[in-house]
Amino acid sequence: MTGLPRSYADRDAIARSFDLFGFLSRYGTVIALVLLVAFNLAFTRNFATMQTLNVNLTQVCTIVIVAVGMTLVIATGGIDLSVGSLMAISGALAPMIFMGKILPIGSIYLGVAAAMIVSVLVAGLLGLFNGWLVARFRIQPIVATLVLFIAGRGIAQVMTNGNLQTFRVPEFQWIGLARPLDIPAQVIIMAVIVAAAAWALRKTLFGRCILAVGGNEKASELAGIAVSKIKIAVYGISGLCAGLAGLIVIAINSSSDANLVGLGMELDAIAAVAVGGTLLSGGKATIIGSLLGALTIQLVRYTLLANGVPDAAALVVKAGIIALAVWLQQQHRG
Amino acid sequence: MTPPDGPSPMLLDMRDIQKRFAGIPALVDASLSVRSGEVHALIGQNGAGKSTLIKVLTGYHRKDAGQVLFEGKPFEVHSPHQAQVNGISTIYQEINLVPLRSVTENICLGRERRRHGLLDWNAMHTEAERLLSRFSIRIDVRRPLGEFNTATQQMVAIARAIGFSARLVVMDEPTSSLDEREVGVLFSVIRQLKAEGISVIFVSHKLDELYEVCDRVTIMRDGRTVRSAGMKEINKLELVAAMLGRDVAAVEGHATAFGERDRSRIGDAMFSARGLRAGQAVRNVSFDLRRGEIAGFAGLLGAGRTETARLVFGADRASAGEMTMEGAAYHPDRPADAIAAGMGFCTEDRKGEGIVPEMTVAENLTLALLPKISRNGVLDESRQREIVERFIRELGIKCSGPNQKVRELSGGNQQKVLLARWLAMNPKLLILDEPTRGIDVGAKGEIQRLIRGLADQGLGVLMISSELEEVIEGADRIFVLRDGVSVTELEAEAANEEEVLTAMAHGTSASSEAAT
Repeated sequence: MTGLPRSYADRDAIARSFDLFGFLSRYGTVIALVLLVAFNLAFTRNFATMQTLNVNLTQVCTIVIVAVGMTLVIATGGIDLSVGSLMAISGALAPMIFMGKILPIGSIYLGVAAAMIVSVLVAGLLGLFNGWLVARFRIQPIVATLVLFIAGRGIAQVMTNGNLQTFRVPEFQWIGLARPLDIPAQVIIMAVIVAAAAWALRKTLFGRCILAVGGNEKASELAGIAVSKIKIAVYGISGLCAGLAGLIVIAINSSSDANLVGLGMELDAIAAVAVGGTLLSGGKATIIGSLLGALTIQLVRYTLLANGVPDAAALVVKAGIIALAVWLQQQHRG
Repeated sequence: MTPPDGPSPMLLDMRDIQKRFAGIPALVDASLSVRSGEVHALIGQNGAGKSTLIKVLTGYHRKDAGQVLFEGKPFEVHSPHQAQVNGISTIYQEINLVPLRSVTENICLGRERRRHGLLDWNAMHTEAERLLSRFSIRIDVRRPLGEFNTATQQMVAIARAIGFSARLVVMDEPTSSLDEREVGVLFSVIRQLKAEGISVIFVSHKLDELYEVCDRVTIMRDGRTVRSAGMKEINKLELVAAMLGRDVAAVEGHATAFGERDRSRIGDAMFSARGLRAGQAVRNVSFDLRRGEIAGFAGLLGAGRTETARLVFGADRASAGEMTMEGAAYHPDRPADAIAAGMGFCTEDRKGEGIVPEMTVAENLTLALLPKISRNGVLDESRQREIVERFIRELGIKCSGPNQKVRELSGGNQQKVLLARWLAMNPKLLILDEPTRGIDVGAKGEIQRLIRGLADQGLGVLMISSELEEVIEGADRIFVLRDGVSVTELEAEAANEEEVLTAMAHGTSASSEAAT
């Protein structure tokens, strides 16, 4: 019986350490972000300037927009590897339309409007195709979206014959270059998308269904939720987000290179989601977390670069942060 | 218990085996004796300890206490592979071979023949063919195992066991995925094994099969061996009674909290099903349900009760049969159709397909209700709170509040949340599959009283329970299912345990025979 009090003490100790892990997995990203800002304020020159803020925000925008769609997909227990390729397709298609290569459009405004709408919708439709593979044929999401991950960039290259498209069309490029009220346009777009998705996930029927499907698919089906439709929808939304991000990238660059637009984006987006605290197995997701996750990764990279550490080394640190975030999740769950 | 007398010596003798998992006893006092060349049936309800006992034997689990003698010597193995090398092979329900590799590779896996350091395929193919020919099975052993049907795969698994010179083959529900012809082939293989002096432990829920192929039977209940006898010395009724822990002669008093039934409340016909069929599990099930009535499904494991409930709720599709709901033809393609028709379904698999563990009590409770508490796709949170708080109060769900994670609740309270999920829909027909399984006595009584109260208010309830007293005292009418067929219908007032047990065992009861 002497063992009894000790085992209780052990259990208490375990309970306390679990609380610590729970705390870290919930607020770890915020803490990391605060620490990074504090470090930079102390050691990085010219950190507390509008310019630094703008540089970081404009760089992180596309990752955040894609990560929003990715968060919804991951919340259902899936994953979308095709986002980078869908960015390339939308980025290749838009200039072809507004430069009149497909069919001549008289008004540049009409051309730009058509380019934006059509290329984002095409990316959305390809997203629906991903969802259809996952829901209809029960193909594992990682395999289903691998199809367009591989084929998508090829399609973009075929569309452009592998040529670089350069342009100078302010009517289009406001999406990446305009600064109303001194705030970059893409930051406003990002903020609107983040706010809308965060609200939808928490307050709408659709958001609740996404979390239910990811949390327990069989239970959701038995509760009358149209599981297939929900899955198809989230991949469609992920495609739309990727399409929009593709437009922003080419607007900033004044050019579109099917080989480069969105390259590696799927991994950046997944990393942001994971660091943000969304459960990779589904059922628990936070849009704001993904935003903070993306900001953290961006700020780590900026901090290292601003202090003379090369980009290659920054990648290692990024990997370390992802591993730490996933490990914290595991601890909290166990 | 039984001294090793009779014609053949004792091959296996497991005595007083005890095993606990995290302090919870799985085996309390389990014994099993098998003679050489004997086919020995091992039966018991879910959770009786059959699988645990088998896994102790095959080295999958370590026993806490007790003795195992194999061929008269103490037998101590630490892995299924070690058991196999020492003469005990197990054939599982799901065949655990490698479907993409050839039959030969599967049979010879782990003891490949070599010549000059290279694999000797010709010798191995010949050996595989030789082993299979002992059971009159001639197939192309070079083809991948996965190309053959389940029965053939099972034969391959058996051949593999014989190849390891097994003296005891354990078969865990081998017939559950076989059709009748395939079962016939399996039985002839078992008889062949027996003729060669190899013993078989045969785990099955299908009583007829036991009488066809087994020599002796050991019955387990609650982690104990309750009886061991020759198949000729025990009839089906005694077998079922021993499994369920019922004394055939004695009828007990009230063991549940359902209370008195008020038959005057039972209304007109609401639902009916005729000749339902789906796969091997549901072969011909008919039943009907009236308003305010509790219909009970009784039957052994594998009788097709849950499968029938899933057909009614549209979770699976029936291949034949007619259903009507409130006078109209009813053909659900998906659960949403059943819900639209006013049905609810509390699953037996609470964790697997009931709760969403990461969600809160409130979110779980309103899962089926979502379309009704949202306007233009936006959730009405004040309505949600109102409904959730009402059900927490009415059902006495013990939780810290609507926002507590449902996984932190006890089993009984999780079950109440699931009940509330459907009651909030205001259903006309509620299907309850094992509504009180795995929950403590107090919560059990509360749920039973609740079910009765709901029926008194006009809800039609279809209740599946493996606890006999729950069906007999709770239900107004009892439908007995046996091997996927609804064999008889009993008025609960007239029914007693013996009648229900008889129907479960034989497919007919004294009263239904008298009636027809």
